[in-house]
Amino acid sequence: MSNMMQAKATLRAAETGRENAGKWSRRQKRKDDAMRRVFVGSSILVTLIIFSLIAFVGYQGLLTFKDVTPGEFFLSTDWSPTAQEPKFGAFAFLYSTILLTLLSVVFAVPIALSGAVFMAKIAPKWMRELLRPAADLFVGIPSVVYGLIGLTVIIPFLADVFGGIGYGILPASIILAVMILPTILSISEDTLRALPKRLEEASMALGATRWQTIWRVLLPSATSGIMTAVVLGMGRAIGETMAVFMVIGNSPKIPSSLLDSTTVLTTAIVKDMANTFYGTTWNNALYLMALLLLVVSLSLIIVIRVFSKRSETK
Amino acid sequence: MRWREAANKIATVYFWAIGILIICILAWFLARILGAGLPHLSWKFVTGMPQELTAGGGVGPHLFNSFYILVLSMLFSAPIGIGAGIYLTVYAKKNRFTELVRISVEVLSSVPSIVFGLFGALLFVNWMGLKFSILGGAATLALLNLPILVRVTEESLSSVPSAYWSASLALGSTRWQGIRNVLIPAALPGLITGITLVAGRALGETAVLIYTAGTSVSRFFPDFNPLAMGETLAVHLWYVGSTSLAPDAAEIAEGSAALLIIVVLLFNLLIALPSRLLQKKLSGDK
Repeated sequence: MSNMMQAKATLRAAETGRENAGKWSRRQKRKDDAMRRVFVGSSILVTLIIFSLIAFVGYQGLLTFKDVTPGEFFLSTDWSPTAQEPKFGAFAFLYSTILLTLLSVVFAVPIALSGAVFMAKIAPKWMRELLRPAADLFVGIPSVVYGLIGLTVIIPFLADVFGGIGYGILPASIILAVMILPTILSISEDTLRALPKRLEEASMALGATRWQTIWRVLLPSATSGIMTAVVLGMGRAIGETMAVFMVIGNSPKIPSSLLDSTTVLTTAIVKDMANTFYGTTWNNALYLMALLLLVVSLSLIIVIRVFSKRSETK
Repeated sequence: MRWREAANKIATVYFWAIGILIICILAWFLARILGAGLPHLSWKFVTGMPQELTAGGGVGPHLFNSFYILVLSMLFSAPIGIGAGIYLTVYAKKNRFTELVRISVEVLSSVPSIVFGLFGALLFVNWMGLKFSILGGAATLALLNLPILVRVTEESLSSVPSAYWSASLALGSTRWQGIRNVLIPAALPGLITGITLVAGRALGETAVLIYTAGTSVSRFFPDFNPLAMGETLAVHLWYVGSTSLAPDAAEIAEGSAALLIIVVLLFNLLIALPSRLLQKKLSGDK
């Protein structure tokens, strides 16, 4: 099969060549240049999009500070945009975002790492071939569907077990943990698989058991790849909106427990956007939250770059 | 000595348990969604008009909008995404500009979808005056697809053996001829898989569309007017799941979820998997 493919491609290449034996004709040259410009243009457009995204969202967001002091926005927990004297304190959102992200990473990482080790080093081939597409499917499931599962299964369950309404950071972090699991798992697996075979062989030759090899040799040498995976998962958890919106309760306050209704940055935007008009302080404050999300995801990219640089220099 | 072997055995059992647990979670997810939703699926539900206050509403227009927006957004993003991908594999030299494009793609793919939604609301909905519309939604969704398309193109093109490319150039083809007649045909299975996966993901996207395509549908069905409001199936699921007044909101939500999962599964199974198998065969996987 692969030979045929190769032969076909060579044939095609040969035909292409025969048409213009020797030099490129002027028409070919012109077309080649035009197409090159198209490709360069596409690349420039991609770059322009991210810059204009940062510029537009940044500009609109920073307009907030005309009416609200940075101290109020970042440190106050008083979010009452419709009051007589509107207050725009977003500290509660920031607090919940950080708490939710950390908690979901804490839930996801042990399972994801174990899954990665299992797939890379232990699972027989058929099991791997079952797990790989399964992980892909996990990623493909729309986030609203995760949210619906949270709403119809996890929340009633938590309300049953712990009492109360069941909304809050705990159900949101469980859902998020499931959502970021495949991201962390597949990148960690790739890293483990890419480790030089000699590490494992040397360890085994010294008489280590498979578990000792995994724990003392493979996992430590894969640290930078695993950190990249975790950071990517974290980025996904911070930016996730719809699933969280459906289970977190959406009260604009600092939660008193993990099962108390609260709001994170993404869901604050979704919840309030419908009530605001373009150009108002309230609307601008939502853009400022989007800018914060943007800044966080940018910094995570930088963190990942640092990790991968470090592993290169090793 | 004993202890080491015991630890090894325990670890093996543990890893197997985790592997099985992960499969079980997914299987349970699918079973739960399909089990709860399939009984609500009927021809009337899949093609009917929605009802705000009474029971028995369908999701016909939403399903239609989902695909309409998906197709439009792919039309916008595919040429640019594939173009940039080709640039990065074929033309890019190691210089500042290439590095900039690469970083842009990386950053773009990490931007949370709600931020794209706000950007779209600002740029397309407000400044360009598109209002909440299918066109505005599709344009914003295109931004979300873009970085993944670039990556997919780059990956599938660079998996083509470099001998093909050298052969083509050695025979005197121009770069464009080489790309069109050699690289793209050889990379096609991977390219199709990638694009399908992008489409499947875009189909379930919600946060981008709420404030660009809106949360209601045109009274007509099917309505091809790109300036009409275009609530998609995923947005509808969110809307009925959290705020709808219809008495059968829970059933509609579960039915929509099942429908959404079925469509995503179909995308994965019908197009992505066969082409993956094809690719495996073509590349002579051992």
